[in-house]
Amino acid sequence: MREVDSETMKIVVCVKQVPDSWAEKTLRPSDNTLDRESVDAVMNELDEYAVEEALRLQEAQGGEVVVLSMGPSQATDTIRKALSMGADAGVHVVDDGLHGSDAVATSLALAKAIEAQGADLVIFGSESTDARMSVVPAMVAERLGLPQLTFSSSVAVDGGTVRTNRVTEYGYDVVEAPLPALVSVVEKINEPRYPSFKGIMAAKKKPVQTLGLADLGVAAGEVGLGAAWSVVAEAAARPPKAKGTIVADDGSGGVAIADYLSAQKFI
Amino acid sequence: MIQFTTEHREFRAMVRRFVETEINPNADKWEAAGIFPAHEVFAKVGELGLFGLEVDPEFGGQGADHVYNLILGEELGKADAAGVPLAIAVQATMSTPSLAKYGTEELKRAYLAPALRGEMVTSVAVSEPDAGSDVAGIRTKAVRDGDHWVITGRKMWITNGTQADWLCLLARTVEPGQEPSTGYRGMSQIIVPTDTPGFSVGRKIEKMGNHSSDTAELVLDEVRVPVSNTVGTIGKGFQQQMSQFQDERLMGAYMATSGMRRAIERTGEYLKVRHAFGEPLINNQYLRFRLAELAAEVDILQQYNYSAAERYAAGQDVTKMATIAKFKTGRLSREVGDIAVQFHGGMGYAEEHWPARYLRDSRLIAIGGGADEVMLRVIAMLEGWERFA
Repeated sequence: MREVDSETMKIVVCVKQVPDSWAEKTLRPSDNTLDRESVDAVMNELDEYAVEEALRLQEAQGGEVVVLSMGPSQATDTIRKALSMGADAGVHVVDDGLHGSDAVATSLALAKAIEAQGADLVIFGSESTDARMSVVPAMVAERLGLPQLTFSSSVAVDGGTVRTNRVTEYGYDVVEAPLPALVSVVEKINEPRYPSFKGIMAAKKKPVQTLGLADLGVAAGEVGLGAAWSVVAEAAARPPKAKGTIVADDGSGGVAIADYLSAQKFI
Repeated sequence: MIQFTTEHREFRAMVRRFVETEINPNADKWEAAGIFPAHEVFAKVGELGLFGLEVDPEFGGQGADHVYNLILGEELGKADAAGVPLAIAVQATMSTPSLAKYGTEELKRAYLAPALRGEMVTSVAVSEPDAGSDVAGIRTKAVRDGDHWVITGRKMWITNGTQADWLCLLARTVEPGQEPSTGYRGMSQIIVPTDTPGFSVGRKIEKMGNHSSDTAELVLDEVRVPVSNTVGTIGKGFQQQMSQFQDERLMGAYMATSGMRRAIERTGEYLKVRHAFGEPLINNQYLRFRLAELAAEVDILQQYNYSAAERYAAGQDVTKMATIAKFKTGRLSREVGDIAVQFHGGMGYAEEHWPARYLRDSRLIAIGGGADEVMLRVIAMLEGWERFA
């Protein structure tokens, strides 16, 4: 266990830029990866909760909040958004060789970047709205040998210890780990703040470090589409919505609906 | 041409989110109540820095360029009910600009800074029961008594009036025993705290639209305020107020234009999903072309607004452009509101859908802040077409 002075605690928050949840998403015909250029990009909603939680911990105890994102050049907008909310500095992992990275490769690049930062606490949103796998936080923790406190609905730091409520099917477990540690947060853990006008202006002057694969000491063959453990072989457009079935009620409508739902295994 | 920077875009996203999470979910409730909790909402607006965007940070402002106010107006204009945006716009661009521009340091610290931080709610008090767009007809008088003004009169159509902490009031200022002047001369702008004895809210006025915004008739019965509460030069109130109106008219035009754009887009969406005679309504060329024509006019107005904003930011006189923008958006809003209701048929007339409220709310644009006819008077004057004796 490392002694952590909460006043100098360094929190790294990982954020991801994703296509707007409401946008129609498509795959690039050339390599079946997500087309990130044709849709509006926003900060992954769950990551807003992660940033907010980091800022609250910082406000309560001091320390520094660094926001880390891996993504194409436009992901700087997402880093900037976190900075305008109040984070102190940004790290942008960007490299053409990362294109098409799966969760395993992503966790490698993020782990290397976090290691370089020397974080006392790492905070993630529990999943991204585009891939929705929820595995990257656990993978990163494993790579760094950090205790992982996932699916947290509350986070408290006391000296060298972090304590969270871990959401379960039946309620929550109270879990505790020594720092440094990694936490992932669920939605509604807090109410993410708006960036104020002052925050937006201040973000302009905050430092953002850009790191490529070479800076992280990651070999090109370990990441990217070529290293992915799964391949999208083919994709087809969503079929058009089929016409619904209309049941004319001649007195037996209720039975007809029940039969239909039963045939579809809804009841 | 206006170049929107990354910061401008982030600011737009922030205001949009504010509208979508703080105003829209409460719109129905506040419309039904006929009022909104101004102190509570303004505290949030102030925290985000939306009041006084162009004002010196030393007095609670943000020191931003005018494009931020343009963006603020455009995003507020898209809210589900225009009442709260109107109330915000009053504090941002109608009750505070004169104080920011002409006020003394003490006055700015005492009244401007807390208003821009959202700790105080404010109103601009110019119109009276017998004088609205014709500002030169006001009769409220402030008689000097040593270091104080003793103000008596009535103010009408005052937005935020039932909740305001202070007013930027226009009155005829006179020395004791002197007769008040007539016409444009002898007026002054005075900051009047509403907790001063003699001040009262005469009544809350029921209106056709903008229900969530409270509008009041205010009564001033020998209200004593220090002469040091005078904004700028004694006797120059009319000119200062005219300058303040310019900010108001530009903001009104920004809000109205984006509101029209949204109404046209929403109507188009409805015509796509509503079927009649076996096909979507949008397939009717008349409906499609009518919307296209309105969209074209809104587009021209938006570009006109941008041009005005740019000149304003460059410090040029935009009296004529602000007047034209206010006039044209007011006129066009009446048409857009009518078409939105008409093209929605019964759904347009029903209270459960948006067009009825839009029609009511947007009808104000051609009346508030100087009616269309007053705008035409100004434009005619600026063109050199005065009446002949």
